Amino acid sequence: MSRTPGGARTFANWDEDSVTMGVEAARQALTRLTGGSSGAHESSVMLQSLQLASTTFPFADRSNAGLIREALNLNNDLSPADLGGSRRAAVSGLLSLLNRDSGQHLLCASDCVDAKPGSDSEYSTGHAAASAVIGDGKPLALLRASGSLHEDFVDQYRMTGQTFDYPLEPRWVRDAGTMQQLGQLIPHVLDQAQLTAGDIQWLLLPTDVPTGRALAGKCGLGDARTAEALQKSLGMSGAAYPLVMLAWALEQAQPGDNILLAGAGQGFDLLLFEVQPSVKDHQGKVPAHTTVEAQLDAGQPEENYTRYLGLRRLLDLDTGIRGERDNRTAQSAFYRRHEDITGFNGGRCSACDKLQFPMSRYCVHCHADDTQIPEPMAGLQGEVNSYTEDWLALTPRPPLMFGNIHFPGSANVMMEFSDFLPGELAAGMRVKMSFRIKELDTRRHFRRYFWKPVPLAQGDRDG
Amino acid sequence: MAEGIRDKVAIIGMGCSRFGERWDCGPEELMQEAFDEAVPDAGIDREQIEAAWLGVFFQEQSTGKSGLPLSQALRLPNIPVTRVENLCATGTEALRGAVYAVASGACDVAMAMGVEKLKDTGYAGLPERTRGSFEDLWQPLATAPGSFAQLATAYARKHGRSMDEIRRAMAHISVKSHDNALKNEKAHLRRPITEEQVLNAPMVAYPLGVLDCCGVSDGAACAIVTTVENARRMGRRDMVVIKALQLAPSNGWELSSSEWDGAHTLTTRLAAKKAYQEAGIKDPLAELDLFEVHDCFSITELVLMEDLGLSAPGRAVDDVLNGKYDMDGELPCQVDGGLKCFGHPIGSSGLRMAYEIYLQLSGKAGARQLDSPTLGLTHNLGGVPNRNVASVSILGLHHA
Repeated sequence: MSRTPGGARTFANWDEDSVTMGVEAARQALTRLTGGSSGAHESSVMLQSLQLASTTFPFADRSNAGLIREALNLNNDLSPADLGGSRRAAVSGLLSLLNRDSGQHLLCASDCVDAKPGSDSEYSTGHAAASAVIGDGKPLALLRASGSLHEDFVDQYRMTGQTFDYPLEPRWVRDAGTMQQLGQLIPHVLDQAQLTAGDIQWLLLPTDVPTGRALAGKCGLGDARTAEALQKSLGMSGAAYPLVMLAWALEQAQPGDNILLAGAGQGFDLLLFEVQPSVKDHQGKVPAHTTVEAQLDAGQPEENYTRYLGLRRLLDLDTGIRGERDNRTAQSAFYRRHEDITGFNGGRCSACDKLQFPMSRYCVHCHADDTQIPEPMAGLQGEVNSYTEDWLALTPRPPLMFGNIHFPGSANVMMEFSDFLPGELAAGMRVKMSFRIKELDTRRHFRRYFWKPVPLAQGDRDG
Repeated sequence: MAEGIRDKVAIIGMGCSRFGERWDCGPEELMQEAFDEAVPDAGIDREQIEAAWLGVFFQEQSTGKSGLPLSQALRLPNIPVTRVENLCATGTEALRGAVYAVASGACDVAMAMGVEKLKDTGYAGLPERTRGSFEDLWQPLATAPGSFAQLATAYARKHGRSMDEIRRAMAHISVKSHDNALKNEKAHLRRPITEEQVLNAPMVAYPLGVLDCCGVSDGAACAIVTTVENARRMGRRDMVVIKALQLAPSNGWELSSSEWDGAHTLTTRLAAKKAYQEAGIKDPLAELDLFEVHDCFSITELVLMEDLGLSAPGRAVDDVLNGKYDMDGELPCQVDGGLKCFGHPIGSSGLRMAYEIYLQLSGKAGARQLDSPTLGLTHNLGGVPNRNVASVSILGLHHA
């Protein structure tokens, strides 16, 4: 959803969730790390750990972070971990990783908290994901000091299995919670770093705007830049929000700037970063269309409230008889080919050098036997050879658009498109790949993932 | 090299039920209706049938599995019944089994029956089904119209034709089939339509509107075959014989290779080439008198004109618009209304096509009888453009 004068909130498409958005955020972080095009270099990165912070994991018992690892074809000799239980999870995880000694660690934070229709939360809640690589390499920012405070202060809660947060009285949260807790932590962290309030250029707080302003005034931080603008265009996005704010700040900060970043949830973690000279190199490398600001501008507007409710499965819509199809996943079949499906690995024939999906023992092009070498295709751009807008097929967002996509290397794959509106597709159009929910099994509460062609951004075309 | 099936087997009797939304009967009654026409037409006793092949596609929602539905419905005397399935080529596959059986000498008289009871499934279109445990993981949840609509956008791209002119040709195809079906009392859809109605019909899967789609129908069709020698012994002189039976399934190339342009059906081209060779046909446009193709959607019929070698590449649009394949055109196509209007009960469609050629060559086609045809072709395309089974059969009039 793009910005409008009256404000906007981001929300995920029906085929996105915390895992798929985490994959996209991780791709961008790794691309910036390696300086390559999206998807081309992920497998060359050797990570020590991979963590996904969220309060909206699609799976309660299946590694969500592990799905991200597979989607990105990252090394499997690590233990992917899900950090949950609180929207503070990402900042707590970040702090923990910053204290590790060596190696490179990938932290994703991704949340799709839905607001109850008609609730005040609809004004403040957005969906987002961000990702950071922590550890060895040229640092964009160094941790100068930190402080943590835990108190079982229930400003909002969501019981396991529930969809919506239950918020408490905002003035109580502000006066008895945030003002008190951060009011203690901010001077403490500044003292640790031997800095004063005037040394802070960025104050990134996961609070509402009035509370943030009140706190800044109380602590003498009124001159620091805040992320108020993001609240008006993005919304509070759970565990992802602090990392989104940090990414946004690092796209603009100057070397030497000091950033205060807080994570909230039964108290706070407060981190103080000093921006390093390599941030300029980072800012130069970030493709213009992938900055936080550019992504907010490029969102697909949705002003139809009923459709929004349908896409977020907040309305119990009739799916007709086609929705009665048994959509059980044969997990044994999936496991045999899970790297092909989740990692979108095709096969390149060592005899004819052509690519194909799916891989098979006999090359589809030259029929050579046992010559297929796995090759990730998610980083490739494809070309639409044919397409349709199918109004008969079952999809949460009719029409179902799908078509034959040609890939470099003579591969063709028929795929479902996403993020296109009716009338936007054309033969010959170039597309990029995005990891998405393929289908939902509502009977067994399962979901399958695969890759879908989506529109190129201006920067993708230039690149 | 094998000598093929040409001129070895005669069709001595055929029957076809009325097609349509047959709320009045189940698959058993549909088969009985076709059988009751075929047996007297063949002039044999039912006990003379020594083996049978049953073609059904969606068995779960209609007949159930195996050859039993046919054996039980017709109270056959415990003869072998083999159930076959090969997507929309299922009916032709049943005919192939029966024809090969008598050609081999394993039996003297064999029967092929195709049936489909789609209107008990509860769907307006075709029922949803799995594509296979691996395929479901990545292939689009496509419908049949959506899958065939791909031909149109790829064809436009390949040949540089505008979608407007392609859609006009598609509309012409539908109008022609509706006109033809007016003379067919067994057809499902029997009302004339206009090109304007086709072009303005509700969109099903761009660029296919609802009037670009064939009927979803119930029906059965049946053929009784024997060798040409047996037919002669039965006193037949002018008989309809099998000139060619060819089948070509995809091997995954169209599915996985971008060297397939998406604008043609490879398997049709391969099967047609072999069938023309088997039948001894050098110039199909000049030698054929009529043909029935797998017009599941208007765009399918359009590209098939090129795949069967009857229109030059990229010129089917012009040929169709010029009336080349109309009832009074150079080579009439779908004179019985085709899948579009006769209807498409999947398992029986291949046999329904053979039924029309059989009637025409035998001079039994009534109001739609062509002037002395001697050679006809049927074509099925089972599956979707990027993976399918194509069958091409050629029937001819044989004077023994």
